[in-house]
Amino acid sequence: MFIELKNLTKIYNKYIAVNKINFEIEKNKTIGLLGPNGCGKTTTIGMMLGLVSPSKGEILIENKNLNNFRRDEILKRFNFASPYVELPKKLTVKQNLEIYGRLYGIKDLSIRINEISSDLDIKGFFERKTGELSSGQKNRVSLAKSLINKPEILLLDEPTASLDPDIGDFIRSYIQNYKSKNKVTVLLASHNMNEVERLCDSIIMMKKGKIIDKGTSKELIKKHGRNNLEETFLKLARSEDEL
Amino acid sequence: MNFSKIYALGLRHIYLVMNSFPRVLDLIYWPTVQIFLWGFISKFFTLNSAYYNNTVGVILTAAILYDFLFRASISFNMMFLEEIWSRNFTNLFIAPIRIREIIAALTLTAIIRTLIGLVPAVVISIPLFGVSVLKLGIPLIFLLLALYLFGVTLGLLVTSGLLRYGPSFENIAWASLFFLAPLGCIYYPIEILPDFLQIVAKALPLVHIFEEMRNILISSSVDYINIVKSIFISCLYFVMGVIVFYISYFGAKKRGTLINMGE
Repeated sequence: MFIELKNLTKIYNKYIAVNKINFEIEKNKTIGLLGPNGCGKTTTIGMMLGLVSPSKGEILIENKNLNNFRRDEILKRFNFASPYVELPKKLTVKQNLEIYGRLYGIKDLSIRINEISSDLDIKGFFERKTGELSSGQKNRVSLAKSLINKPEILLLDEPTASLDPDIGDFIRSYIQNYKSKNKVTVLLASHNMNEVERLCDSIIMMKKGKIIDKGTSKELIKKHGRNNLEETFLKLARSEDEL
Repeated sequence: MNFSKIYALGLRHIYLVMNSFPRVLDLIYWPTVQIFLWGFISKFFTLNSAYYNNTVGVILTAAILYDFLFRASISFNMMFLEEIWSRNFTNLFIAPIRIREIIAALTLTAIIRTLIGLVPAVVISIPLFGVSVLKLGIPLIFLLLALYLFGVTLGLLVTSGLLRYGPSFENIAWASLFFLAPLGCIYYPIEILPDFLQIVAKALPLVHIFEEMRNILISSSVDYINIVKSIFISCLYFVMGVIVFYISYFGAKKRGTLINMGE
């Protein structure tokens, strides 16, 4: 298995943010991480990125514990995008991509920047400061940064949050298209059920730090007797008992 | 150490300064005002004090050296705070750059910010007050090295606090140097301090640096033992600063503060 999370737990003082979760991700698959706010999605992503140390359990990449990799060796295989994390506002789009390209040790950086900025249609505001961009533009730049190193593992935290439907659709189409052309394993945390249905091969449902169900969207809808993923999500989120 | 990554992180801060003229102005403004203020004070004391008689520029040189320390520390802090203010913290800490490379990048880039601020002020002091720090000669290089290491150490300790306590620690960043200034014996000899504070002060490199600066300017002799002592103490503090930074980093990972920094 490419990625395995085994009994992964995070406890802050006495608060259990993530409670003994187990799941596996096959190479080049897209997994959706769903759950109400505060269910532990971001903490799980944080542990996978090495930003949060687990209290218990382990994360294995190709059967090797994440802690046994050298920090820079493992992180160059990852990347991450979230609308809640920004790039330096006072730097231009071009400068930001150049800096992150250098940090990720990209060879032929100008070619890569050119390629990705054409794909994501960000060349029109290349010389503008990132802080002056609209949410949609910032989102595309953030996605460009997250793909600059052609990551093997891409973690996306609500990549289309607060975007208008047109830009949201552009981002979703781009991710879908990018996946079809590149080998990348994606973990997508989202509250947008259409997005999850469209992009993910399977879904993990979390609640109160635990995994309460997993499967493909069709399997989950059928299992819970609902018409769509949104209804299924609501049923699981509002249920008192864990399933 | 991967120097291209250190360069990349340094470049981020160079671009930041280059993109903003007010930022450059801000870097130059404060040291220049300091030089003007201490230049006039220095002039007054030189004319009216027996201790400073015929030793033009002792106070002004001390002010310039102290400002060098201050700028080095503040530059280090500012670069770290920039990452928090711009909510870029997560991106930085998930980039494939090692913690030692982040420290190296901040340490090396801080010198550029420091010099942008200080060089114009130093140059101004020559025609305006007839004072040049270059009068300290070769020892100046070693004194600046000791000051820089100690300034960066203070920066490391403050950034460790930012990692530990989050942005609320920001105010401490500004206050940190003023806390040590009285013990540094920047403008007066160590004998002025009460006995018990003299013991504490001697554990800081500042006392040795500024004592030596006065020694060179007043008696025109160089005590290299004092200089070596100041560099040695600064190195010890620097190593301690690096260790504290690492402890804070691992502590922040444990507490999960790296993921929410800036929010």
